[in-house]
Amino acid sequence: MALGIKFGWRTAAGIGLAASAMLLSVACGSDDSTSTATATATGSGGATATAAPTEAGLDYAALTGTIRIDGSSTVFPISEAVAEEFSKVSKVRANVGFSGTGGGFEKFCRGETEISDASRPIKDSEREACKANGITDIVEIQVAIDALTVMVNPQNDWAACMTTKEVHDAFKGGGATKWSDIRPEWPNENIKFYYPGTDSGTFDYFVEAIIAGVNKDEKATHRGDGTASEDDNILAQGIENDRYALGYFGFAYYLEAGQKLSAVAIDAGKGCVEPSFDAALDGTYVPLARPLFIYTRESLLAEKPEVLGFVNFYVENMQTLVPDVGYVTLPEALYQAQVAKVAAFLP
Amino acid sequence: MAVSLPDENFTLQATGRVARRQAVSRASKWVLLGASMIGVVVLFALMVDTIVVGWSRISWSFFTSYPSRFADQAGLRSSFIGSIWILSLTIVFVVPIAIATAIWIEEFAPKTRLLEFVKLNLANLAGVPSIIYGVLGLAVFVRLFGWGSSILAGSFTLFLMILPMTVIASQEAIRQVPPSLRQGSLALGATEWQTVWYHVLPGALPGIITGVILALARAAGETAALIMIGAFTFIAFDNTSIWDSFTTMPIQVYNWTVRPQEAFRQNAAAGILVLMTVVLTFNIAAAALRERFRN
Repeated sequence: MALGIKFGWRTAAGIGLAASAMLLSVACGSDDSTSTATATATGSGGATATAAPTEAGLDYAALTGTIRIDGSSTVFPISEAVAEEFSKVSKVRANVGFSGTGGGFEKFCRGETEISDASRPIKDSEREACKANGITDIVEIQVAIDALTVMVNPQNDWAACMTTKEVHDAFKGGGATKWSDIRPEWPNENIKFYYPGTDSGTFDYFVEAIIAGVNKDEKATHRGDGTASEDDNILAQGIENDRYALGYFGFAYYLEAGQKLSAVAIDAGKGCVEPSFDAALDGTYVPLARPLFIYTRESLLAEKPEVLGFVNFYVENMQTLVPDVGYVTLPEALYQAQVAKVAAFLP
Repeated sequence: MAVSLPDENFTLQATGRVARRQAVSRASKWVLLGASMIGVVVLFALMVDTIVVGWSRISWSFFTSYPSRFADQAGLRSSFIGSIWILSLTIVFVVPIAIATAIWIEEFAPKTRLLEFVKLNLANLAGVPSIIYGVLGLAVFVRLFGWGSSILAGSFTLFLMILPMTVIASQEAIRQVPPSLRQGSLALGATEWQTVWYHVLPGALPGIITGVILALARAAGETAALIMIGAFTFIAFDNTSIWDSFTTMPIQVYNWTVRPQEAFRQNAAAGILVLMTVVLTFNIAAAALRERFRN
């Protein structure tokens, strides 16, 4: 018995050593094998894409290869939704990660990803980093708008417009408890606060735009003594039932179901601006609206049919997928401008 | 000298300092029990909470579906397969190298400065946060070696991460083998290598296996280092090669927990249940192996 066990153990150890030796030898030849793999994928994809064009000019089903998408966690749900739908019509492996907008650009500028998700436009310093690696043909495609709306009860007849400073003072940690704390002429009544849960992108965005945005010196904290919910319906109901409520949630939800409430106009120093599509788009509804982008490269669109296919599919479907994940779709004119950016590369 | 014997009803009753010492001793039992229970209670509460939230999501389709933007259609398929690949490769790398290192340190290394240097480094490396290994993996395996964000790069990163703990555990196990065994073997004319191979290693194996499994549980739950080296989150294919992009279960769980919708929280809880089951299975397998080798 002892012999048998010893034998078995030795064999197992031997196999383990042999296997790791084999893997190590495979590992050493890595550069060759990866580059060949990519080359084949590009080659076959290119041949088939032009061979069987559809009305879109691309046969998604015939495309193969791998696309790497990384960047903003805010854009991630959109890219994930597109990748999910794309995987149903194409064999292309579209992998999506979320290492943050900055982290995404760092990889993108090293050529480690084909598409970069971003919740802000690319910075000059990032363009420089790309340029240092010979990447100058960057294409920017706007995919959606992320916006917040500050809400009050319809019977609230005083807070029609608030400055960003006042919003900050209301929602900061240890901030106002009564309306009169914000402006002395407002009612001497306790404010009930409603805001999204701390894990939501909306909460993060609010902290970034208002709490940290207004007071850069102070250690920025958001108050924690209000009603926090991940469910926008609960927030809306709370505000609807309380005359002295103050809250905020995603603009998309306000458009969909928030009309029973009153939106507060925001004054960022250039007068009061009501939240609206147009204001969100023309950049006047600051700081509570921001555009969301994907970035890719002209050379990839021109030479890699799987990238062109994916980006085209992205643009074709984003207007239906974006509301699914809680963002605002682009207005028609802006949308057509994005379509045109991709159309230039279609066969 | 007549000693007056206590009568039948006499009971020994301590007084003064003795009584206090005994009281402290009795109390200490309860304090120590309480301390031991904290961990158990917390783990139990966590398990119950996770099961309550996640149990309803456990179904066959949860294992066969790829990630999705719809919580009820999302599943662990790609991350489960990714985790299996990563962990299997990590075992293949870590076991021979950790054991070899431990044998060298304990049995062969001359007691020189070099040995002290190696030991000191191992002890320090065991305490390095995992994200540092992620940065290292990104710089060396992903970029310098050009492996990309592949399964190979991921498992090498985790291999480096758990190597120090595995070596230290293996060293402990080798030290537990009685010196008399070695002396007996050498006295009968066996070479040093034969002594190690036929006597020291088999004796140390139960301890080594325990160390490997504990380290592997850490690797199974690792998220930060893998996200650092560029592991993806949405993967909709089954991994078939070490050069594939990958995702793992903890990454998927993390993604689900940061989603605002309640339904994704349930997915996260269900994912945690699966992850815990996998780790528990490792532990049970280790215990079974240990028993087998011990007999």
